[in-house]
Amino acid sequence: MALKKNLALALAFGLAAGAVQAQDLRIGLQDDADALDPDQGRTFVGRIVFDSLCDKLVDITPNLEIVPQLATGWDWSDDGLTLTMALREGVVFHDGTTFNAEAVAANIDRSQNLPESRRKSELTSITGVEVVDDMTIRFTLRAPDATLMAQLSDRAGMMISPTAAAASGLDFALNPVCSGPYSFVERIQQDRIVLERFAEYWNADAYHFDTVTFLPIPDTTVRLANLRAGDLDMLERLAATDVASVRGDDALETAQATSLGYQAMTINVGNGDRANGPLGQDARVRQALSVAIDRDVINQVVFEGVFAAGNQAYPPTSPWYNAAYPVPKRDVDAARALLAEAGFADGVDITVQVANNPVQQQVMQVVQAMAGEAGIRISIEAKEFATLLADQSAGAYQASQVGWSGRVDPDGNIHQFMTTGGGINDSGYSNAEVDALLNGARVSNDTADRRAAYYAASDILMQDLPIVYLYHPVWIWAMEAGIEGFTAYPDGMIRLAGVTLTE
Amino acid sequence: MLAFIGRRLLIAIPTIILISVFVFTLQKLLPGDPVLVMAGEERDPEVLAYLREQYRLNDPIIVQYFTWIGNALRGDLGISLRTQQPVLELIRQKLPVTIQLATMALIIAIVIGVPAGVLSAYKKGTWIDWVANIVALSGLSVPNFWLGIMMILLISVQLGWLPASGYQPFSDDPLGSIRTMLMPAFVLGTGIAATLMRHTRSAMLSVLSSDYIRTARAKGLAERVVLVKHALRNAMVPIVTVTTLVFGELLAGAVLTEQIFTIPGFGKLVVDAVFNRDYAVVQGIVLCTGVAFIFMNILADVAYRILNPRMRDE
Repeated sequence: MALKKNLALALAFGLAAGAVQAQDLRIGLQDDADALDPDQGRTFVGRIVFDSLCDKLVDITPNLEIVPQLATGWDWSDDGLTLTMALREGVVFHDGTTFNAEAVAANIDRSQNLPESRRKSELTSITGVEVVDDMTIRFTLRAPDATLMAQLSDRAGMMISPTAAAASGLDFALNPVCSGPYSFVERIQQDRIVLERFAEYWNADAYHFDTVTFLPIPDTTVRLANLRAGDLDMLERLAATDVASVRGDDALETAQATSLGYQAMTINVGNGDRANGPLGQDARVRQALSVAIDRDVINQVVFEGVFAAGNQAYPPTSPWYNAAYPVPKRDVDAARALLAEAGFADGVDITVQVANNPVQQQVMQVVQAMAGEAGIRISIEAKEFATLLADQSAGAYQASQVGWSGRVDPDGNIHQFMTTGGGINDSGYSNAEVDALLNGARVSNDTADRRAAYYAASDILMQDLPIVYLYHPVWIWAMEAGIEGFTAYPDGMIRLAGVTLTE
Repeated sequence: MLAFIGRRLLIAIPTIILISVFVFTLQKLLPGDPVLVMAGEERDPEVLAYLREQYRLNDPIIVQYFTWIGNALRGDLGISLRTQQPVLELIRQKLPVTIQLATMALIIAIVIGVPAGVLSAYKKGTWIDWVANIVALSGLSVPNFWLGIMMILLISVQLGWLPASGYQPFSDDPLGSIRTMLMPAFVLGTGIAATLMRHTRSAMLSVLSSDYIRTARAKGLAERVVLVKHALRNAMVPIVTVTTLVFGELLAGAVLTEQIFTIPGFGKLVVDAVFNRDYAVVQGIVLCTGVAFIFMNILADVAYRILNPRMRDE
């Protein structure tokens, strides 16, 4: 087939001798992106597109260290209340507007004050933005904020052209103008998003494709068939069950990284009437549930062993994982003993809601079988996702199988779920000590102090278990064997610097 | 005929109003909160409240309905909650795609289904009839998503003849556009061909046993003339009915086929919109397909009158 392709190419170029082929990279995404505006965007695939379209103040390494992007250096004041950043010289936006401290100020203002902005909560700590000089910006904070750099390495730190933002308002999403390595060409909803190389990019030499096309193909089998047929060069989120077959194919290769997120069972312990059952009221029942589950079995049965078993908000590979609580081995006797101690020697009946997709339902069926042997009889209630979300938020559930995509800073995986009144604290958990520890970890810039606070919080949370963690998904990319230089990042993004394709 | 069409168009108005009321109320009855879905993982209460206000989700449902229908009459179907694109523009983007897919599928269905039906009625009880019936039954029984994936694996991955999925606008590259649409149209078309074949067969059977066919044969007309000019024309009325109904359904989107072949048509758009509780998009599309359906029915009524002069007096 490659020969046939080459012949066709040779024929085509025989007619236009000397012409250079414009190289296009076609990437298959699992979903269609939402609004292409960093301040409004909320989807994972949207972030993948932004990575080629919009530069951020800072970026991360695969080990989650913060590295320069549009900011070349930064300085924290000793009290942790001011952050001064030196900005990169010679950067222009896709519309020719110059990038400078004024542009950063305009961007932070938009993220904080655009009514539709989804970035407000990520930047609440910033109370003042000062343009020190053309290439220096200073942020004043309400209180020290350990999470700020991580926020600035994602959508909250993406810089859009202030000229374009002022001119187009909310319509910015229809024609986004940033300063990334590729600029926006067109978007056909549910069909494609096309970007082209931005010649004036500050690091243009590192980017080797003339155009990048993102194609949303939701069905995993079809996405892979497109790669095999040569209609895609690369895809994200290969199904774990397809990994073996792709590895056996010489024309393809895979890359993978354990994600920052998790899948878990959120238990209603204090969110309305449905919390009033043995599961919601007695931590021993939740402990019994947790110890009745063999997390490796879930991984083997549903994900062919490709994913990572887990029991905390961060994967075991994370520097924030508390090794004092390793992933528990399954112990049915211990589970029964805990139930008996709680006064439920005959077992308990619980209802767990789960999204109505085959994979999550399969996960719950495996859990159901294992918990059943320990006397925890689970009825599975499959719901369409929007309904599941609304019921969970309203407290109309006993337990809910949901996940979290994960954040670079540990705070993002735990604070809003476990603190009293937290934005996503759907389990209704409240513990003053945990609140104090997690709030404290947020305002310290000292890694050792923070780690101590998270470990202390896990001492409590591992007993209370408002969330029973099950596993951590692994991002799996599949691509043509001719792709070189791709680095897998735990945030699941596709960074194209240094990536080449030899056909 | 003109008066007839005018009458039908007048009757269509209350029907469209009813459709709009149904769409609007039914989807408000769906559980799930659009704002919660829109907010995604970050749920900032301030933003949620603002969005509710912005999209008038706090207004009484009657007020919401009249705001929507009022704007719709002025040609404004609102904005997609999910992508900020105007619904009218989304429809303008998708409609040609869906019409092209539906037309190609229907052509394939007619080319296969009608001759097969005529032949199997004419050769009733012979092996030709049996083979045609078995093929038709398999066409009906094989699920579209399975046939689609099998075709992608065989024709795109193994043989490399056609692109596995995607879409090219007809205006950009007619040949390329037909190539990308061929497999999905075939998958859709085979299912419909089976239905058409069954209807053609039974209509032909009843016509072929009528007196005037015997008379035509007795007059010594060639069998081909009897079959095509006398029998088929009279058997056309039920075939036209089925064809227009099917075409109407296709316009509402062939969800599974579009999903498998990643064709950006109505089906995928409306399914995604329902899952995201993107009310404006769902309402806009259902209204649009409802109107298309009514229009197709009027066309069918006109076609009956052309085919069968006896119906013109009504």
